[in-house]
Amino acid sequence: MPRPHLALLIALLTAFAISQFSDHFNPYYLDVLAGIGINVILAVSLNLVNGYTGQFSLGHAGFMSVGAYLSAAVTLFFAPRLFGSDGGTAVQQGVLFLAALLVGGLCAAVAGLVVGVPSLRLKGDYLALVTLGFGEIIRVTFQNVEKLGGALGLNAIPPYTTLFWVLAFAAVTIFIITCLVNSTYGRGFIATHDDEIAAEAVGLNTTRYKIVAFVVGAFFAGIAGGLYAHFKTTITPGGFDFTKSIEIVVMVILGGMGNTLGVILAAVLLTLLPEVLRPVAEYRMILYSFLLIVLMIARPQGLFAFKLPKARST
Amino acid sequence: MPAPLLQLAQVTIRFGGLTAVNGFDLAVCEDELVGLIGPNGAGKTTVFNLITGVYPPSEGTVTFGGGDLAGLRVDEIAACGITRTFQNIRLFGSLSVFDNVRVACNLHRATGPAHTLLRLGAFRADEAAIARRIEELLDLFNLRRFRDAPAKSLPYGEQRRLEIVRCLATKPKLLLLDEPAAGMNATEKVELVRLIQQVQKQFKLSILLVEHSMKVVMGVCQRITVLDYGMKIAEGDPAAIQRNPKVIEAYLGEDHQKSLAHH
Repeated sequence: MPRPHLALLIALLTAFAISQFSDHFNPYYLDVLAGIGINVILAVSLNLVNGYTGQFSLGHAGFMSVGAYLSAAVTLFFAPRLFGSDGGTAVQQGVLFLAALLVGGLCAAVAGLVVGVPSLRLKGDYLALVTLGFGEIIRVTFQNVEKLGGALGLNAIPPYTTLFWVLAFAAVTIFIITCLVNSTYGRGFIATHDDEIAAEAVGLNTTRYKIVAFVVGAFFAGIAGGLYAHFKTTITPGGFDFTKSIEIVVMVILGGMGNTLGVILAAVLLTLLPEVLRPVAEYRMILYSFLLIVLMIARPQGLFAFKLPKARST
Repeated sequence: MPAPLLQLAQVTIRFGGLTAVNGFDLAVCEDELVGLIGPNGAGKTTVFNLITGVYPPSEGTVTFGGGDLAGLRVDEIAACGITRTFQNIRLFGSLSVFDNVRVACNLHRATGPAHTLLRLGAFRADEAAIARRIEELLDLFNLRRFRDAPAKSLPYGEQRRLEIVRCLATKPKLLLLDEPAAGMNATEKVELVRLIQQVQKQFKLSILLVEHSMKVVMGVCQRITVLDYGMKIAEGDPAAIQRNPKVIEAYLGEDHQKSLAHH
């Protein structure tokens, strides 16, 4: 078995083992742990776009909301019709949930394609602004669709998200992105980032690379949205505004653009930080912002990035 | 005479009111090494950009191996077998020396993106074959010792060489070299001349060379085309070009002729 597959298998088994004990966990810790897992999925997938491929997107929360709303719509529609009042067995729920997550992810991927094809002609700040705009358009659309609850959002979503699902999908996300990048094909993402002109001159279709990164990133944002919806059981359009996008971007930057391990650690750290700061109550967000500034000044190359070694004859 | 590999016929490009290249004809045959010289701003790099599809010509045609290149994207033209180096070196700075060459191997990859996830035998065999090819190329250019170093950390001359290796990994038929000797000292230039000759012989390439160093140009080119203000003012073998009064006036200067007389 190839090494990455073995690692994935071990991660999935570990997720399964941990989730067996989740009933004994303090619900607060469970909440924080699930939040970490969801943020890891968001940050690692955005890292493919912003980090490896170097396309600065500010629309990740928009794609997350597509996944959240559509997967919630699937379970809200099918759960009562399929399972009646008893709610179905765990296996039935699991199958429906998995299908709902995939629907959410695929719809987000389609949204990524629709946004990506016209906007990836733009570079840098222009792309950031356009993706920011698209994210907001998606949010405002949900806010105005009465069938999806309008500004009140959707509630009474079945609480299908367990610790197992969150950890398993975090592992799958890391696995897929790592495998994709660590290949001759995947080095093209980084080449597109480093020098687009040179990448095209050696035969890479950089537009296609950007679109693939955007679509794969959006897919996992949609999965994360589905997990979030079935964890919180209530979603509102306001939960997916651009501050959420920026929160994810900060994780990517702090972790070190294009450094998956760093981004994972940054996602964990930045999810924990506001929780650790709870005792200082109203000063919490001020302190959080202050710590962010300090971290950025101290480690502009990313919290967990290390200096590249000098060329040496070996 | 066989049909040329690359042919530019009456190629013109205008940027607003400026005609950067005007009615330019050029032919490069198989296994030929052609030089393109001229004063700064004469339009040499623009000719490269026209060949590689960065700019579509306003008028005229570029054909390669008998096919018209009109409407093809830069990466599609690279897939046809035309590749280039850049005047201001363009390496993938955050990637290692090995990975810089690896990126260029994408044109001849046997497995696709889906294989990267499954990582079955076919994928591993493909990656292993690519790695072997890269290492052979690095060995050939004495760059193996820098295999895992970041490309940006290489000494200047080695960066230029790596750029050429990266081009060769695309298995080109035509190599365009844009001022490869820029910033090199006399010893490095001698080395470069040898390198260019070695590459052409070993990989059976046609080469189009833009260069200011007359030592390099006169040393390797079989034929030279001179460009001034976007127009061809002369064409011929190195000896004829050095005696051509138009070329001396526009580019080489009187001093060059004097230094020639001393030899």
